[in-house]
Amino acid sequence: MRIAIIDESAARASVIREGLAALPQCEIFVLTERRGMVARIGEIAPDIVLMDLGNPSRDVLEEYFAVSRVLDRPIAMFVDESDNESIAASVEAGVSSYVVDGLAANRIKPILDLAVMRFNAFARLQKDLAEAKGKLAERETIDKAKRILMDSRGLPEPKAYAEMRSAAMSQSKRIIDIAEAIITAHRLMGGA
Amino acid sequence: MSQELVLGFLPLVDACLPILAHEHGFAEEAGVKLRLVKDMSWATVLDRLLYGHSDAAHMVAPLAIAATLGRGRPAQPLSVPFVLGLNGNAITMRPEIARRVRPENTLGAAAHVGAELRKIADERRAGGDRLRFGVVHRYSSHNYMLRYWLAGCGIRPDHDVEITTVPPPFCADALRAGEVDGICVGEPWNSVAVEQGAGEIVLATAQIWRRGVEKVLALKESVLEEKLDAVRLLIRALCKAAAHFVDPVNWDANAAILARAEYLDGSAELIRRAISDRLLLSQDGALVHYPDFMFQYREAANFPWVSQAEWLYTQMVRWDGTPFDADEARRAARVFRPDIYRSALMGTGEPLPGASSKVEGSLMQRTAVSTQQGEMVLEPNRFFDGVAFDPAHLEDYLKRLP
Repeated sequence: MRIAIIDESAARASVIREGLAALPQCEIFVLTERRGMVARIGEIAPDIVLMDLGNPSRDVLEEYFAVSRVLDRPIAMFVDESDNESIAASVEAGVSSYVVDGLAANRIKPILDLAVMRFNAFARLQKDLAEAKGKLAERETIDKAKRILMDSRGLPEPKAYAEMRSAAMSQSKRIIDIAEAIITAHRLMGGA
Repeated sequence: MSQELVLGFLPLVDACLPILAHEHGFAEEAGVKLRLVKDMSWATVLDRLLYGHSDAAHMVAPLAIAATLGRGRPAQPLSVPFVLGLNGNAITMRPEIARRVRPENTLGAAAHVGAELRKIADERRAGGDRLRFGVVHRYSSHNYMLRYWLAGCGIRPDHDVEITTVPPPFCADALRAGEVDGICVGEPWNSVAVEQGAGEIVLATAQIWRRGVEKVLALKESVLEEKLDAVRLLIRALCKAAAHFVDPVNWDANAAILARAEYLDGSAELIRRAISDRLLLSQDGALVHYPDFMFQYREAANFPWVSQAEWLYTQMVRWDGTPFDADEARRAARVFRPDIYRSALMGTGEPLPGASSKVEGSLMQRTAVSTQQGEMVLEPNRFFDGVAFDPAHLEDYLKRLP
């Protein structure tokens, strides 16, 4: 089975490739370049094409499948009408799949399921990373606000933090909101 | 509590009405909450619509008909209760070609530009290197307008010239790299190509068909029925957004909103040009004013005329090379739903035409038409070749086309 993965994100493509590598008798090709994509697909003559839903070139690929006579067997969007749930899952995960005509559904299904799992895993990784980055930024903001209180009111560090926390509790806000307010106020009062 | 509708769109200037209905609170005022989902291909916009990730979509009109007829994928009936706008696209060519076909610093007549282009197409074909055009989608008004114009000028699409799909964000790049010689695309992408010196605008699609249907509001037929009340409220909100969009007082503010990262993520200056019907034809040229380049509101522009759907079907048959089929034509015609448009706007200040279908391209002068509500005057709406489209005679029309 020849599987082509088209993804502008090389990182995600390699996560998917790695997931599919475990499948027996599968040859995997990764395409990340827009230019020459259609010609490359023609050379590879894949049985299955996986493409991320955010890729602007999806319309190009679909047109190619609709009009091209280069491939021996036409490829169509994989739509098994009896299985709307798995298509919905794949749209949810952000992957579209195209399969050559006549390939048995029981041979395709495990590959698509794996691809969906890998797409979801990648999305989770990115979310974790974004959250971690967000937390780091929050910590920096809180530290900065703390230093402003320490400098302007001569408070020791634990006291500055305690003041922010009690302000947050009494106004039912988060500490980060109080910290941002302190920084904004400080700027408005002419601080750097 | 107001019902929420999820609406998919591509980052193009003509996604303006849903975006502005949301941003200016017209949707909330009408009693419907909009959640907008941006995508990067029509295939994905359609997938989300078909698999229930969105309720409605900003869509190229022919694609709504293609999906209903099952071209390219299993048939799923879609409905169009509202037209998001007419025209707003242009044809941009590599500078060395543009300068040979278009007068300097102004738009030439479509037939004249086509005649000049034909000479180049013949040269290139004789040299074994046919002219190549990019359009945004196989089932787009861009594709049908470009083909209508080329064929009408004696340039046979797929024989004398090649036409392929190029996604809008890559148009400028494809021109510069010589992958294509011309593109037919919506704004701001022509202007982006001009700005980069990759191309020059040679024609506005409004010169090919003065009142050509462009993007539509599409829903699955079943979703339209299920959420009819919310859709009617959305239609009222979109009309308010349209009135706001065409008022020059709002152009700066609206361009700034559309330019934001979550919408077009582009230049407010280029977007403002498009919404004010201004075109910079070449990098060092002057700004040209072409009235009704975009057409979003006047003359009940948003009314889904059944004859527009039928015209699109004739072009689908023409260019897909499939036989004319009366049953398919009826299914295509039913995609456009003037009945829903009427029921949504009955009792408002919006004019409603008396008829739901008209002979397209037959008006040579301003003409008052009968209405169900309000007053309506239609302006000239001709095709560049003067051929009118009579929806009562689809097959005859097809036979007469080159």
